[in-house]
Amino acid sequence: MVRTLYGSRIRAQLSYRASFAADAGSQALLSIIEFLELWVILGHVDTFGGLTLVQVMVVFGLASAAFAIADLAFGEIDGLSTYIRSGKLETLLVRPVPLLLQISSLDLSLRRLGRFVVGIAMYITALVLAGFDPTPATMVLAILAPVIGGGIFSALFVMAGALQFWLIDGREFANAFTYGGNYVAQNPAAVFALPMRALFTFVIPASLVAYAPTLVLLDLPGPMLVPTWAGWLGLPVALLAWMLALLLWRAGVRRYTGAGG
Amino acid sequence: MTWAIDLQNITREFTVRRPRRVVRAVDDLTLQVADGEAVGFVGANGAGKSTTIKMLTGILMPTRGTVRVLGRRPVPERRHLAREIGVVFGQRSQLWWDLPLRDSFAILGSMHRLAPSAQAARLARLVEGLDLAPFLDQPVRQLSLGQRMRGEVAAALLHSPRLVVLDEPTIGLDMISKEGLRRFLVEDRAERGTTLLLTTHDMADVERLCERIVVVSDGRTAYDGTLAGLRDSLRTPRELVVDLAAPLGVLELPEGAQTVAVEAGGIRHRIRFHAAEHSAAALLARITAQAEVADLSMAEPAIEDLVREIFARRP
Repeated sequence: MVRTLYGSRIRAQLSYRASFAADAGSQALLSIIEFLELWVILGHVDTFGGLTLVQVMVVFGLASAAFAIADLAFGEIDGLSTYIRSGKLETLLVRPVPLLLQISSLDLSLRRLGRFVVGIAMYITALVLAGFDPTPATMVLAILAPVIGGGIFSALFVMAGALQFWLIDGREFANAFTYGGNYVAQNPAAVFALPMRALFTFVIPASLVAYAPTLVLLDLPGPMLVPTWAGWLGLPVALLAWMLALLLWRAGVRRYTGAGG
Repeated sequence: MTWAIDLQNITREFTVRRPRRVVRAVDDLTLQVADGEAVGFVGANGAGKSTTIKMLTGILMPTRGTVRVLGRRPVPERRHLAREIGVVFGQRSQLWWDLPLRDSFAILGSMHRLAPSAQAARLARLVEGLDLAPFLDQPVRQLSLGQRMRGEVAAALLHSPRLVVLDEPTIGLDMISKEGLRRFLVEDRAERGTTLLLTTHDMADVERLCERIVVVSDGRTAYDGTLAGLRDSLRTPRELVVDLAAPLGVLELPEGAQTVAVEAGGIRHRIRFHAAEHSAAALLARITAQAEVADLSMAEPAIEDLVREIFARRP
C-alpha cells in the first residue's frame, strides 16, 4: 500500500517532464547559491568556525542532503493548517490509513530531489578532498549520516506540523523551525554564540545533523558544548525526536477531534 | 434490532473566541438507524447536520452522549470504522486532482486492502452504474462537476461499505446528473442492502432515496417519520401552476383548492391545494374540462418552509 501511495505521486509528477526538470533544476541552483554565500565568507578568512572551505563543504553538503530527504517526505506538512481550514483533513480522516502517512505521500514533491543530488555530490566530493580516512565505524557513520540527519529533520517537520493543530495559521511559525534549522545545520556550529549553539544542539538538534558527524569523520576537535563524540549521537537523537514528534502529532489529532489532550 | 447508527443524547459544543462563548451545534440529539434503512437527514444551514456526520465518522468526539456506528465507537476506532463506511462530502473532493480518475480508485483500493479481483469486479460495476467509462482516464481536474461527483460516489462505494453517508451529494448538479446518481444509489442499495444516511437540500433526493426523514433544527430532532407524513401532518399546501392556451378570468375549483394568483392576463393560474384533500391529477382533470392547458408545473414546499412550519406549530 505504501508503494502504491508514493508510486502514484511519483508518476503524477514525472508526467510533467519539463516542469519537473525546471523545478528540480531550480532547487539545485538554490542550494548552490546558498553555498556560494559561504564561499564568499571563506574568501576573506581562512577558516570559518574552525573549519577550512573543504571541511565547511562537508557540513554543508551533508546538511543539504539530510534536509532534502526530510523536505521530500514531509516538506508540505506546513500546509496542514490549509487542510484544516479547507476541510480537506476530514476527507483524509475517513480513510483507513494513518494521517501522517497520507499527508507525507500526498505532498511528496520530487523537485526536492534537485537539492538532494547537489547536497550528496558536495558531501562525497568534499569528504574525499578533505582526506577522509575511514575506519569501519566512521565509514558506516559516513553512509548513514544523511539518512539519520533526514530523520532528525523529519521529526522537526512533523513537530512543526503538529503545532498547527493548535495555531490557527502556523505555517510561518513552522517554517521558522524547519528552514531555520536547515540554515543552522549548514554552518559549523562553532560560529554561533554559546546560547544559540546550545539551543541548536540540545533543543533543536540541528548541529547534530551535519556539524557533529563531520567532526568525527574528519577527526577534528569540537568547540564548547559540541564535543567530537556528539557526532555519534545522531541516531539516538533521531529516534528520540521521532518519539516526541509522534506523541505531539497524536495529541494534535486528538485535539482536532475534540477527544481531549 | 441491530442499529447501524445509534446516537444517544449527543451534544457537541464549540468554544468560539472573541467574544468567548460556547456554541451548541448539536443539542441532546438521539437517533437510531436500523441496518439497511435509508434516512434523509435534513435541516437548514447550521442546524447541526454536518457536525452530526462528523461525530458519526470519527472526525469529532461528542461533548456529551454516546455514539455507536456499526457497533464501534467512531473516534477511538476511526480507522477500523473507515473500512466499513463510505463517505462523500459533497463540497470536498477525496480524489487526487492531478491523477486520472482510474488511479484514484487504484490508490483507494490499496488503502482499503481490496483483493485485486474483488476490486476489479466492484469497479466494473461502479463504472457501468455511474457511467464513468467516458472519463475514467482523464485527470480529475479536467472533469465537470457532474462527472467528478459521480467519481466521488464511486470512490466512497469502492470498498462496498455497509454504511454510506452522503453529505450533499447532488449539490450543484443538473437534473440529468442528479437523476443518474439517484438511480444508481437506489440500485446499489437494493443489491447490497446498505444503510444510507443522506443530507441534502433537495427534497427530490429524499423522496427518491429515503424511506424515512429526520428533520433537525438548532441541533435537535424536529421531526422523524416519512416525508409524506411530514407534509400531511403539517398540511403545507402544494402549488399547481397551469398555463392556459387561451386567457380565462376564473377557473372553477373544488372545495379546498383556491386560486392564489392569475398572471399574464389570465394565462397563468397559481392554485394552492392540500395533498390530503385533492390529488393533483383530479384537480388537473377539473381544469382541463374548462380550458386547454398548455403547460403546467408543481411546486413542492421547500425544506426550510417545512421546518419553519414545524416550529410555528409547536406550543
